[in-house]
Amino acid sequence: MHNYTIAELVKGLQNKEFSSVELTQHFLDRICQLNDDYNAIITITGEQALTAAALADKRLASGDAPAMCGVPILHKDIFCTDSVRTSCGSKMLDSFIPPYNATVVENFARDGAIMLGKTNMDEFAMGSSNETSFYGPVKNPWATDCVPGGSSGGSAAAIAARLAPGATATDTGGSIRQPAALCGISGLKPTYGRVSRWGMIAFASSLDQAGPMARTAEDCAIMLNCMASFDEKDSTSVEQTVPDYTASLGNSVNGVKIGIPKEYFSEGLHPGTELAVRKAMAQLEAQGAELIEISLPSSDLSVPAYYVIAPAEASANLSRFDGVKYGYRCENPKDLQDMYCRSRSEGFGEEVQRRILIGTYCLSAGYYDAYYGKAQKVRQLIQQDFSEAFKSVDLIMGPTCPSPAFKFGAKGDDPVAMYLEDIYTIATNLAGLPGMSVPCGMVENKPVGLQIIGNYFDEARMLNVAHQFQQITDWHHQAPEAM
Amino acid sequence: MTIERKEIEKLATLSRLAIDEKTITDVTGRLSSVLALVDQLQNADTESLQEVSRPFHISQRLRNDEVKETDQRDAFQAIAPQTHNGLFSVPKMIE
Repeated sequence: MHNYTIAELVKGLQNKEFSSVELTQHFLDRICQLNDDYNAIITITGEQALTAAALADKRLASGDAPAMCGVPILHKDIFCTDSVRTSCGSKMLDSFIPPYNATVVENFARDGAIMLGKTNMDEFAMGSSNETSFYGPVKNPWATDCVPGGSSGGSAAAIAARLAPGATATDTGGSIRQPAALCGISGLKPTYGRVSRWGMIAFASSLDQAGPMARTAEDCAIMLNCMASFDEKDSTSVEQTVPDYTASLGNSVNGVKIGIPKEYFSEGLHPGTELAVRKAMAQLEAQGAELIEISLPSSDLSVPAYYVIAPAEASANLSRFDGVKYGYRCENPKDLQDMYCRSRSEGFGEEVQRRILIGTYCLSAGYYDAYYGKAQKVRQLIQQDFSEAFKSVDLIMGPTCPSPAFKFGAKGDDPVAMYLEDIYTIATNLAGLPGMSVPCGMVENKPVGLQIIGNYFDEARMLNVAHQFQQITDWHHQAPEAM
Repeated sequence: MTIERKEIEKLATLSRLAIDEKTITDVTGRLSSVLALVDQLQNADTESLQEVSRPFHISQRLRNDEVKETDQRDAFQAIAPQTHNGLFSVPKMIE
């Protein structure tokens, strides 16, 4: 059962081939057996899952079951879950048990999905390798001496290891797409505002966006149908009709114009990754898509702009963790200042503290205009590049990341080397555009991701083209040897 | 641009972080390398551009000033590090 896609599981449950309780127990057994090998899941909610599965079976028997009724999934540990620890991968929130659900969690519960547990992640979503988690690094199921990517590395590794058919994730600079690429699965970061951020622990509020991870584009479409909603509790949620993302999956790619930015195929790209990505695009061309070379001239400014804006917003967002109302408090504080400073330094890991310091620097008197103001202007340049490109193309494609999964510790001493891991994904966050990654090849026995960037709210077209690509390839069906 | 040790100490105070002596040199070096990266922004011609604080043109939605949330005081007090008679308790501020 663990090799079925979500679409197949929905069918199997509706046709009574297996019950949700059987299915949920099957995944829980796999998690118990294999999670120690990958460290993909922080908290397992077995009892709660089986209770929900029994309820789902009743709804399925009544014939009035919602779209994902009885399908087990995992939630990234950044989404607040009522009465279940939500750690955000940090010692700061190691004992935090929220009294409410994030809207995304509510939406899945409404549609009958079963929560199996909460996935490991880089601390406060700050990282591209999952090495910054308080709970230890996640291992890539394709090569356990390599990183799974980050920050949603736990979600990606769990799906690759068949511990769940789908998982929620978040993407601030590439945190859905990069781990999806490194773990050989599909992942979609929707348009900013498409999915509610309410109850999702904030990192950089103008960049954060939640999205689905699964093995196939079709499964991502099923999950996005459930996740996307207007939410009056999130002031940046966009009040726009949510289409049925599965309805257009079968459309032909004939005539679809695909832009290939020359800047995404320059120095630093692994030759094997380039070959796999170019071959994938040629396969779409053979199906009738038109490939057009384009330019995104401000691409090289994306990473510097991001590493001003994201830490600046993070330094403000993370000021709420002060040891007063929730989260970690240091032992025996001698006064209030001591309590603030030690609670934060003992509760936050090294990378989080580094980003708070950078953000504080960029926002401090005398530096605001030179850094934060400048980066916000550069953001407009990046947006202009994309809007110019989308005048002549429907989608943009290129590699998701510069190379396949790297070894643990390979970039540990140099934060800038780690930051460059997101060189192709960051621009879409700065522009608020949707982006996705689908598996398109193997290099050194490790997966490669093809990135698909769409125009605002054009997720249906991205999913359609990704699905069509998966009809003519089988990279999404390949599994690590141990599976 | 390199960042001075004294500046790190000031940033740590502003950020309410207690960075110990042992890590301060390391942090100084690493922050300097990140600042060298973000300094690339200075080459961009942004003379005619406005600052963009939102990813794209969406207007800020406002709501009526009505109480909608229910009282969850007990639920939130239950997860606090320390409470006293229904209040959040902190170390003494004034002698």
